[in-house]
Amino acid sequence: MESPRSAIIKQSASVTAAVAPFGVAFGVATQQAGMHLIEAIGFSALVFSGSAQFAAVSVLGDGGSVSAAVVAGLLLNLRSVAFGVAMAPALKGRLWWRALVSQLMIDEATAVGASQSDLQWRRYGYLVTGLGVFLVWNLTTIAGASIVGSADGMVQTLGIDATIPAAFLALVWPRLSFGPQRLVACGGAIIAFVAAPVLPAGLHIAAAGAAVLVLRPWRRSTDERQSASAPNQHEAS
Amino acid sequence: MSNTITTVVLLAGGTYVLKAAGPLLLGGNRQPPPIMHRLALLLPAPLLGALVVTSTVIDSQQWVLDARIVGVAVAGIALWRRLPFVAVVLLAAAATSLTRLASSM
Repeated sequence: MESPRSAIIKQSASVTAAVAPFGVAFGVATQQAGMHLIEAIGFSALVFSGSAQFAAVSVLGDGGSVSAAVVAGLLLNLRSVAFGVAMAPALKGRLWWRALVSQLMIDEATAVGASQSDLQWRRYGYLVTGLGVFLVWNLTTIAGASIVGSADGMVQTLGIDATIPAAFLALVWPRLSFGPQRLVACGGAIIAFVAAPVLPAGLHIAAAGAAVLVLRPWRRSTDERQSASAPNQHEAS
Repeated sequence: MSNTITTVVLLAGGTYVLKAAGPLLLGGNRQPPPIMHRLALLLPAPLLGALVVTSTVIDSQQWVLDARIVGVAVAGIALWRRLPFVAVVLLAAAATSLTRLASSM
């Protein structure tokens, strides 16, 4: 049987490689929004959270305010709290250590870590993947920001402006296979479409988050969970 | 400070608080109420859905229907065909570029 270590390294390598083109796309997006290289690196090293970075750059590039960009990014990152709660038992240690490794709390590190059943290997998977993605994400951000200067016209002619909605679509795509997620994704899209010309720039993104509260799909998912857990209990007994 | 730097600082600080809340405060012994958990996991879907739409058809707070729609439609087809991300993005850019070229002729 494959050792946990080599299974983790394989998983970690594949998710890390998958992050590379997103990093390049993010670097390109910062240039489209007219940002400096150092600002692009600031996002990728300090914020270090793919979808929130894209959202903030998109809001700012569209003339949105700082608060609209920050709120959109933070709402996207609320899930980090859930990840942190899930990973906490595997990340025990001194305060400075927990403070340091928390920066790596991203989807990929949590996914690889949580796929292990043993706490020690959870920790290993989280750290290896988190560090790998951090490195690749920052290097590819720099690459993306460097290839495309903010040369006027080139963005339009080459269709580079369509890469941002394409990247968002790729990010939301895996979620569309789940009923409740699909429902709120469509709800959010409609709210944003209607609200964008009316609300101050960028706030329509936060408003779309209200789709969750309006549609309240967790009632449905609770029902699904209950009906899904019933056969399991039967199996266990 | 530029707007971008301010955004980086505030977003990085806020994001860090969210990331570190579990490991620093809970220490793995307590769980938040399940409703919070579900809310946090559901929120990205509407926000990303909103971002798809607005980065396709909104420019400076106005509806603008242009060649990007073609690019995003092609990206959707590419995702449906399970193509890798690089292909999705390149096809979206190429389709948008070609549509612009065709409409300018």
